[in-house]
Amino acid sequence: MQNTIVPSFFPSRDGNGQLEPVTMKMRIKDLAFYYGGQRALGDVNLDIAEHRVTAFIGPSGCGKSTLLRVLNRIYELYPGHRAEGEVLLDHTDILSPAINVDQLRRRIGMVFQKPTPFPMSIEDNVAFGIRLNESIAKSELEDRVKWALEKAALWDEVKKKRKQAGTSLSGGQQQRLCIARTIAVRPEVILLDEPTSALDPKSTAKIEELITELKKDYTIIIVTHNMQQAARISDFTAFMYLGAMVEFGETERMFTKPSKLETENYITGRFG
Amino acid sequence: MNTREAAALGELKKASVASRNITDQVFELVTLACAALVLAVLGAILLSLIMGSWQTLAKHGVGFLFHNEWDPINGNFGALAPIYGTLVTSVIAIVIGVPLSFGIAMFITELSPRILSRPLMVAIELLAGIPSIIYGMWGLFVFAPLFGQHVQPLLHDTLGRLPGIGLLFQGPPMGVGMLTAGLILALMITPFISAVMCEVFDVVPKALKESAYAVGATTWEVMVRIVVPQTKLGLVGGIMLGLGRALGETMAVTLVIGNAFLISPSLFSPGNTISSVLANEFAEADDDLYTSSLMALGLVLFLIAVVVLVAARLLLWRLRRKAAG
Repeated sequence: MQNTIVPSFFPSRDGNGQLEPVTMKMRIKDLAFYYGGQRALGDVNLDIAEHRVTAFIGPSGCGKSTLLRVLNRIYELYPGHRAEGEVLLDHTDILSPAINVDQLRRRIGMVFQKPTPFPMSIEDNVAFGIRLNESIAKSELEDRVKWALEKAALWDEVKKKRKQAGTSLSGGQQQRLCIARTIAVRPEVILLDEPTSALDPKSTAKIEELITELKKDYTIIIVTHNMQQAARISDFTAFMYLGAMVEFGETERMFTKPSKLETENYITGRFG
Repeated sequence: MNTREAAALGELKKASVASRNITDQVFELVTLACAALVLAVLGAILLSLIMGSWQTLAKHGVGFLFHNEWDPINGNFGALAPIYGTLVTSVIAIVIGVPLSFGIAMFITELSPRILSRPLMVAIELLAGIPSIIYGMWGLFVFAPLFGQHVQPLLHDTLGRLPGIGLLFQGPPMGVGMLTAGLILALMITPFISAVMCEVFDVVPKALKESAYAVGATTWEVMVRIVVPQTKLGLVGGIMLGLGRALGETMAVTLVIGNAFLISPSLFSPGNTISSVLANEFAEADDDLYTSSLMALGLVLFLIAVVVLVAARLLLWRLRRKAAG
């Protein structure tokens, strides 16, 4: 049974609703994932468009977070977790054992469900990844921290208290701090794992606005359990169910004319 | 329900409330008594130590702490050598035990396959449960001879030749001595410190570690820059627990330290600690001043423990204030 759809071309609407071609940043081919002996994902095929937001939606346990965690190989931290298949990033298979995962994770950043400020100052949080990867002069480092905080729409709120602990910020600010920390190492792709599920509506709106802003420079993949969020901010949507990719396509079409019954049932709220 | 029934029910409720109040009051008094006992025992011990050591303190004053002479025949007692030995062996134990424990805990919580981490935890608990006399016997009969034959000559010929630090490794390799005692102590406190470290490392949220890995940090960088700062309160607590044990450990130290009233820069030389002196000499103390001097040593040990505890509290308090921002 062919249960995945790989679009042969990548039309996408720009801000004015015009169709424009986009290039492909990542390609997932015949991916399967196992927790020990248990298969959590199978036959996943998917293309990720550059400088666009791709959303993974689906009911709890459908494998959307698992899929996201394959893309920067963070699953490898746990013994028994294993992925089979191919994940191409600019035509290189990142699942290959020859890939240096630390370097990979610098190219593909990740923001988690709950804000995870490190036990250090706001400034040091943002500088953390930069210091690991590059040895740059102090003034340059400060500039980069400022740049990342500005990009994450947090600079104005924290510029006077950069030396304070990251944990002293509010939940929404902490999440933007985590986004700043991710941006600071200048990744190409940003993975967001339900980044607003622990936040209030106002902070959520801010993060969504930020995501739309960031896609100009980054390729963004977001896992969300909130369909309205996917509809609002994503260009492409992948609907997953029971560890399989059921349907994938342009968000506008997915939410207006889904081609699969399961997709329609899910987005109309009949299950999930 | 008529009024009479309602009144009866009301009485019943009142009665049950009253009886519950009495049980609660009794319970409260009993627990208060238990808690008060702690203070009473602490006070009684301190008081009897002060009273017991009064004779010596009256004769020697504060000088008891600072002079190095232990002459029961002429009635001259100074505590400097045992204080020195206690501090030096404990410092050796901490300097060696803390990194060792850190390595153990890091391996168990972060690196070891799950199938190995459980048996390792059990082994640590078993090590912690070995009675100290067994550590002492093993130290005296097995470790000290091997150490004296093979390791001490090596240290003497290498580190012993360096200026400054070389002073620590002079003299004949006898096996027993300060260094041996410190090493045995390190082995004894390692299970305690590493158990605490494992516990505090385990409660670090997974997402926090993953976040650090996600910006390209290696396991070492995640441990040193994220996990350690995140858990520093617990780590300090674990180290203090180990230090407390090292300061007061008696049996094992008495067997391997050599038992001499000596203050020598060399760690090879024999020495003693407060608790080893107490264990060795109480049976021999035949006059009041002698007994009183031993009591005074006990008081000093008690005070050292209090100082360590207070220092730990202060450190924790400062860390917490810094963390609060």
